[in-house]
Amino acid sequence: MGPLLVLGQDLQDKWLDWPWVSDHFDLIWEDLRAHVELTVLTVVLGLLISVPLGILAYRHRRLYPPILGTTGVLFTIPSLALFMLLIPWTGLSRTTALIPLVTYTLLILVRNVFTGLDGVPDDVREAAAGVGLSSGGRLVRIELPLAIPAIVAGIRIATVTTIGLVTVTSVIGQKNLGELMFTNGFQRNFRTPVTVAIILVVVMAVTFDLLLLLLQRLLTPWTSRRFQRATA
Amino acid sequence: MSFLADVWSWFTDGSNWSGEDGVPNLILQHLQVSAAAMLVAVLIALPIGLTLGHLRRGGVLAINISNVGRAIPSFGILIIVALTWSPFYTPPGFGWVGSWPAFIALTALAIPPMMTNTYVGMADVDAEVREAARGMGMSGHQVLWRVETPMALPLIMAGVRISAVGVIATATLASVVGFGGLGELIWVGFKIGDYAEMFAGVLLVAALALVVELSLAFLQRLLVSQGLRRGGGRIAKEIEDVDEAILPAAAGTEVPRPGGGMAGG
Repeated sequence: MGPLLVLGQDLQDKWLDWPWVSDHFDLIWEDLRAHVELTVLTVVLGLLISVPLGILAYRHRRLYPPILGTTGVLFTIPSLALFMLLIPWTGLSRTTALIPLVTYTLLILVRNVFTGLDGVPDDVREAAAGVGLSSGGRLVRIELPLAIPAIVAGIRIATVTTIGLVTVTSVIGQKNLGELMFTNGFQRNFRTPVTVAIILVVVMAVTFDLLLLLLQRLLTPWTSRRFQRATA
Repeated sequence: MSFLADVWSWFTDGSNWSGEDGVPNLILQHLQVSAAAMLVAVLIALPIGLTLGHLRRGGVLAINISNVGRAIPSFGILIIVALTWSPFYTPPGFGWVGSWPAFIALTALAIPPMMTNTYVGMADVDAEVREAARGMGMSGHQVLWRVETPMALPLIMAGVRISAVGVIATATLASVVGFGGLGELIWVGFKIGDYAEMFAGVLLVAALALVVELSLAFLQRLLVSQGLRRGGGRIAKEIEDVDEAILPAAAGTEVPRPGGGMAGG
């Protein structure tokens, strides 16, 4: 780090050096793309695990406290510890980063799936049974659709949290916006990549959040004010 | 199996438990900077949250601060402070905070969850309850301290727990950018390829985080009036993505609620 520190010296005081940004556009783009990819992969895998777990807890209430307790304990463990945990077995691979990232989404997602299903009013459930829907049919056609707002709220929190956590995976050699912050910024004592990465992380988080909100509106038209006024 | 035996012999090696880089000193460092940051963050976040919540003003601000706070990566904040101050810099009079740069980063990250939860907890107290208190002849001050604050306490404590877990996690990460603490075992072990030391650090850090979380959960039990168990209010239900700690309250569940948006620090 010594010689690099000297190299970076003249730039050290500037938080944003535009020529560096335009010279490294490809690197920034690559890191952003990898960041999006790892985030999406994490949340999709998290959902594939959480939706069945949430349904299980909803159907068998006794399972809810132990499921939530376990995911809660895992959620409390500091990220550096969880990212390093698997290195002795899986090395510096993407799997080593992915398993903790998915683990962190479980508490948020399972809880929101359960909360959403649990919030379906009893008379709705009874009406669905009354028109002859089986328990599986009720789940897929009535209960899960009504749980969408809560589930999407969980996905939004999990996504924004994951976007932040992905930056930490740079310490185990993953290339994403964290690499800009840590390898290009901190380790070279050079501020510009840090500024660029933080701005992109925040912009990415806000963009994903708005897109998910939009998705929820499209999936649940009955929650819109206009629809409610029209049917009132 | 032999790997776990290595980890075990690391724990039983007396030299890992003494001196500057010994486990007790690293835990002390970790807790010192975390406690200092939490103390200052509480002194900033709670008065603002209590005041805004009592007056029912600035709700949009309080909620947005929490959402923006979640989007800003704590690792990025740590790197910013690491590129701003040397790890050894301490302004006069701030020796008690341990590492000054880490203290600044941790304090900044601890404020939003506590401020938002305090605001929501206060603003969520039913209007009828407040009016009843007024009707009984309580002054604004008495309503604040004897009605609203006790009723908001479960949410305030949830905010404190979210922040504390985040602070412990981020203090662990602070070792990566040279600020000491228990994360040093993990980071140094990783750098020199001593996986037994790294793994010992992982176990110690996880244990510390759980102990802090459980202690605060216990404190919450002591502080919160028994008559107030559960039942999240109106606003917590409306704002679907207020800090997640609020969701179980809204759902009426009674389960551990650790961690928050800043999970990984």
